[in-house]
Amino acid sequence: MDHIVIGAGPAGVVAVEQLRKHDPNGGIVLIGDEPEPPYSRMAIPYYLVKRIDEAGTHLRKDPGHYGALGIEVLRDRVSSIDTANQEIMLDAGSSRRYDRLLIAAGASPITPPISGVDLPGVYNCWTLEDARSIIKLMEPGNSVVLVGAGFIGCIILEALAASGVKLTVVETENRMVPRMMNDVSGGMIKDWCSNKGVNVLTSTRVNAIEAAHPLLVRFDNGEEVAADLVITATGVAPNTAFLEGSGIDVDAGIVVNEFLETSVPNVYAAGDCARGKDFSTGGYSVQAIQPTAVEHGMLTARNMVHGHSQGNRGQVNMNVLDTLGLISSSFGMWMGVDGGDSVERIDRDRFRYVNLQFEDDRIVGASALGMTDHVGVLRGMIQSKTRLGDWKEKLQDDPTRVMEAYLANTQVLG
Amino acid sequence: MLRALSLEPERCTGCLQCEMACSFENDGVFNPAKSRIKVFAFHEEGRFAPYTCTQCDEAWCMKACPVDAIVINAETGSKDVLDSVCVGCKVCTIACPFGTINYNSSTGKVIKCDLCGGDPHCAKACPTGAITYVDADSTGMERMRAWAQNRPEAGPNYITPVEKDIQTYQRP
Repeated sequence: MDHIVIGAGPAGVVAVEQLRKHDPNGGIVLIGDEPEPPYSRMAIPYYLVKRIDEAGTHLRKDPGHYGALGIEVLRDRVSSIDTANQEIMLDAGSSRRYDRLLIAAGASPITPPISGVDLPGVYNCWTLEDARSIIKLMEPGNSVVLVGAGFIGCIILEALAASGVKLTVVETENRMVPRMMNDVSGGMIKDWCSNKGVNVLTSTRVNAIEAAHPLLVRFDNGEEVAADLVITATGVAPNTAFLEGSGIDVDAGIVVNEFLETSVPNVYAAGDCARGKDFSTGGYSVQAIQPTAVEHGMLTARNMVHGHSQGNRGQVNMNVLDTLGLISSSFGMWMGVDGGDSVERIDRDRFRYVNLQFEDDRIVGASALGMTDHVGVLRGMIQSKTRLGDWKEKLQDDPTRVMEAYLANTQVLG
Repeated sequence: MLRALSLEPERCTGCLQCEMACSFENDGVFNPAKSRIKVFAFHEEGRFAPYTCTQCDEAWCMKACPVDAIVINAETGSKDVLDSVCVGCKVCTIACPFGTINYNSSTGKVIKCDLCGGDPHCAKACPTGAITYVDADSTGMERMRAWAQNRPEAGPNYITPVEKDIQTYQRP
């Protein structure tokens, strides 16, 4: 069979490797439109602080990796898909036929509707090319305004602050990482960053960016900040424009079934562009996280080669973030569920926070600040629906004992 | 033949010599906070449970890593973190459903059990035989049974976390 994978991010790269495993003799083409070997956007902040070089961001370190697996890596852009004839059209003018197609085209940053966002010195921080431009302006003492304190904004924040720039972060919501942390913990992250010398403005919007020494950013509270560099990180949207006319259903992401197949047979979708199944809700939504991209890549490769033997139970939404040394994580239904119970412990002085959400005697969600040891077990207990029995009460007394709760309920303790 | 750590909580007295040996072997310090193996205490029942990475076949940590910093050790089967490649993003720490790969703030990288390259110091340090390094095949069935009994509704689905069969909890 001939497989084509559109998109050379984590979902696409894992998919082609797995396709080779499942189909030793099939044709496999991986198409990416960026002028780099397949790389990880997650690694960009570490490139910005020069902890790694560009090669350190590459998803696979051996340049001969894809060739050795008989995978053709094509640098081009897919302009359209003719699903009736099972062909993709490339910007270069050629076309390619497929038996199975995987769309792992990822997402792109949303440009906020602010006047002046197209000025020189205003960047997204999404691609390696963006990072190359930004790194030149990250001189110590330079003034940088970061627009957006969501997950992506915050991982860049860490790199910017570490480089010694004067940093202002502006977020329209009332707290940092509002889609990962509640009012209390998101507020604590704000306090932590403010204490570290970052100027954090929440519940604030940018009215305009103007060209002046070199940039001037005006906020809706009347304040203004002079900036050498403005970075916008106001969310991303799935890359689906090239699917117009293909017959592939798109609705806030590519619509897929539990086998990650799109509305068109033999066409699959994975990763940040796919509206995959959420383990916690059973509904379909774009999660846009690394572990989900990888799981999608593995699942689609299997389904593309072997057919639809096994449905996807869904991925647990989760995130981990390091804001200037304060580490936060969130899992599943961290905001709670109707009719559920919860426990929360807050230590503002020591920047410690933990919140567990229960449904019956199972953990269905959690979020934490300053807790790094064994946090993965929260994912494990959510995903295996571990019944806690009397350990639910013990966790309500001391929610930090998650590892003990897991062991007590899954191991023979003698 | 591959070997695996066999953990028998009923033999554990909570002396923490395994944690001391692990941190000293790997970081040159006697510091349980740096240990890759941890002893969990159940004081209300007077019990202890040593626990560490089972080197599971799914290798959730390895698959989740965005920079290919976790690799399989061909000799021991362990999943090893390459310090020179790890960027410290911590995605593996939330992806591992057993909570056995952790962030080490003093190095800015993650740490996990690598079986000390085939000579695990925790097993050598354990004075009661609660941690032993044994042939992988000799231990499988009891462990699988114990796991299955505790997961009544778990059906066959490859995304459900399953510990590696070969790490067993044997009754003496």
